[in-house]
Amino acid sequence: MSDVLSALGEVCADVREGLPEEGVLGVLPAMVAAPRTVAEAAEVMRVAAERDLAVVPRGNETRLDWGRPPARCDLLVDTTGLDRVIEHAAGDLVVKVEAGLTVDRLAEVLAAHGQRLALDVPLPGSTVGGTLAAAAGGPSRLLYGSARDLLIGVTMVRADGRIAKAGGKVVKNVAGYDLGKLLTGSFGTLGLIVEAAFRLHPLPEARAYVTAGFGGVREAYQAVQQVLHSHHVPSAIEVDTVIGGPVTVGVLVEGVQQGVGARAAAVAELLGPAADVADAPPDWWGAYPGGSTLVEVTAPPTALPRIVAELAEGGCAGAVLRGSAGVGGWHVGLEAGEPPAVAGPLARLRRVLAPLPGGAVVRYAPEAVREEIDLWGPVPALPLMRRVKDQFDPGHRLSPGRFAGGI
Amino acid sequence: MGLEGLARRFTEVLGDERVITDPVRLRTYECDGLTYHRAMPGVVVLPDTAEQIAAIVRECVTAGVPYVARGSGTGLSGGALPRTDGVLIVTSRMRRILEIDPANQRAVVEPGVINLELTKAARPHGYYFAPDPSSQQICSIGGNVAENSGGAHCLKYGFTAHHVLACEIVTPDGEITTIGRDTGGYDLLGAFVGSEGTLGITTKITVRLTRLPQTVQTLLAAFDSIEAGGTAVSAIIGAGVVPAAIEMMDALSIEAAEAAVACGYPPGAGAVLIVELDGPAAEVEHQFAEVERLCRRAGAFEIRIATDDAERNLIWKGRKSAFAAVGRISPAYLVQDGVIPRTALPRVLARIDELSRESGVRVANVFHAGDGNLHPLVLFDDSEPGAGQRAEELSGRILDLCIEHGGSITGEHGVGVDKSRHMPRMFTETDLDTMQMVRCAFDPAGLCNPGKVFPTPRLCGEVPGVRKEPHPLVQQGKAELF
Repeated sequence: MSDVLSALGEVCADVREGLPEEGVLGVLPAMVAAPRTVAEAAEVMRVAAERDLAVVPRGNETRLDWGRPPARCDLLVDTTGLDRVIEHAAGDLVVKVEAGLTVDRLAEVLAAHGQRLALDVPLPGSTVGGTLAAAAGGPSRLLYGSARDLLIGVTMVRADGRIAKAGGKVVKNVAGYDLGKLLTGSFGTLGLIVEAAFRLHPLPEARAYVTAGFGGVREAYQAVQQVLHSHHVPSAIEVDTVIGGPVTVGVLVEGVQQGVGARAAAVAELLGPAADVADAPPDWWGAYPGGSTLVEVTAPPTALPRIVAELAEGGCAGAVLRGSAGVGGWHVGLEAGEPPAVAGPLARLRRVLAPLPGGAVVRYAPEAVREEIDLWGPVPALPLMRRVKDQFDPGHRLSPGRFAGGI
Repeated sequence: MGLEGLARRFTEVLGDERVITDPVRLRTYECDGLTYHRAMPGVVVLPDTAEQIAAIVRECVTAGVPYVARGSGTGLSGGALPRTDGVLIVTSRMRRILEIDPANQRAVVEPGVINLELTKAARPHGYYFAPDPSSQQICSIGGNVAENSGGAHCLKYGFTAHHVLACEIVTPDGEITTIGRDTGGYDLLGAFVGSEGTLGITTKITVRLTRLPQTVQTLLAAFDSIEAGGTAVSAIIGAGVVPAAIEMMDALSIEAAEAAVACGYPPGAGAVLIVELDGPAAEVEHQFAEVERLCRRAGAFEIRIATDDAERNLIWKGRKSAFAAVGRISPAYLVQDGVIPRTALPRVLARIDELSRESGVRVANVFHAGDGNLHPLVLFDDSEPGAGQRAEELSGRILDLCIEHGGSITGEHGVGVDKSRHMPRMFTETDLDTMQMVRCAFDPAGLCNPGKVFPTPRLCGEVPGVRKEPHPLVQQGKAELF
């Protein structure tokens, strides 16, 4: 290994042996490399290819415990040294950054110019690359779309160490395949994301959060539908509930000062007499629910009452469900120690959601649960996905086994 | 099996009427909206179902015959240009709107459904389909998916890719499968939309519907010069306004539109700007006043505000007719589609003007100013020897300008056959190789709309990666490395 380490050391200044605490779901990396430039990252990946090393990218470790453990992990590529803002073209509402920059830091840089990347970060400290690799997002995707919709250009280092880019730094661009979307949500299995360009939005002059509590999911659902079909163009419509208990609906309205007041008042009227209007979000806003197991549920918005009912009947009373009722994407936090306590409700959900269509993916779970259940559930077009993987990573060295279908 | 044999097999699957081999009838399909590329298709088929398309594709694969999908044939880059040695699969008979689901803000359509027809069907529910390419009265949603179509309002609402939730596709293997966003696994849908028919044929599309806005406000502002109009655009965007659309036309395109549709734009204008805001009334009212003020400050000498739909249509009439209208002032023209960072507009337009003067080729400029998407119309007289070539050259130099300024060779018309040769100027060999890995995954045989998008096909048998052993020729002693 020292031979490999020195080969890596020749191309990257920051290379060392992995530490016991650096395991990826228990799989210890033999080595860690932290390139500081894209060229260095490419060289590291080239050496990894020559030496047949299994590579797992790591940003700020906010989601390193998601998915399955890698089948092997010889080299962790730490991207946090790639943290430059490459170009912020404020007049064009476009920014290009390196992947190791945190989304929070990016927000600070942009806010100084009255702009933002309209992408919520459920886990503080997440890097741009990690956020893309996990296709993470939050409440405001209702109006602004998710990471894949805001990404306009991407640079990756391929499995063979070559640098490839797609898209560009203009918003409107249909030249070539959109590899950015393909990489978004690929969990490090297709390549190392090293740079990303995004379209930006102006920071709104004013924001208002309208919240209201409802006795049950039926009433909350009716309120959501009212707001969804209104003319008030909410940026987000969220729900937060403990299964079996009351449901809170939260609506975000953004815009000019004069408009937001009137729109928030109109939304409050739709939500009923108990509605409250505030400048600041409720404390649960945009955060994943707690619990040892996190399940991401996707289905059309009308499925909400059914999902809550299935969870209640599946023995999940007390679990927290939270997420975008407008888009149809929620997270469920389960406090389940035993595999059947997850497997049972998961199977129920998948059965009722499949035809809608929808699904339920377990993001993280205790080891015992993780080993017993299918984290991803049925994934359509899996054979095509395997072929994509074979093309991008013929040696199956990039985050092997971390992804759907064992990819 | 040759094309004749294939045609017989297709007849067995589809019946006589859905298979065209008569040269006179085939001629209808020899080009799409880019009429100067023409090729007579070998066979044309008009299927009704996904199963039929799958069967056709499987027959093509077995026979090793290339095939091309076509919707309404309105594309402007030759993406649906047929193959003389191949099959053209026309989806125009598959035009059922299968479901309008307002509660979930979505609709399910077949690929041949006309873009505007979906909006018409959704409107009674208070919804519409946001992508609005200028051909929306005739273009198909399947074609929109293939081209990732935009339109004047994509500045605020995004492109087709942002409005497609799932596609049932026939893969280049002839399998029917569904790809969707948020379905777990890779975002194959993201790669598929905008792949210009090279990754398969979509047979059913689930789209997002958008709520009709409460208010729409439109103004037309006339300026002495393009520069003054450009200043107004920068000021509007800089003020944090996200208009639904900002369109600009220069003096020559105004002249053409005037001659064609008598749109009555302010006389003497060096440029006109159309700005449209939509959304909640409380929001739009405030921002619209701001836009008006910014236009005046940038030097607008006349501002017209539409007070109703009729007046709004009048404002848009000149812009929407601009492409066809240049036919009134020039015997022939090329439509270019390039993108630059919006802030580079003044510099690039000044340079286009210089190039036009130097070469003596007139250029009329029409563009989506908000997102820097230029549509220069390069005018020429096709009866004059060499004029077409000079126009082509100028058109190509405009694309070079776009690339030099960090832009793109196409914002919405696609690469197709028209611009594949320009791709290496925007992307490296590795970039293109990597994109084609996706193609190799979907279509290893390379039969699905070959010859489009990429200048040179990638051999899918090649395993990408670092060569660990000496080159085979070196090993065999047939070559040496120096």
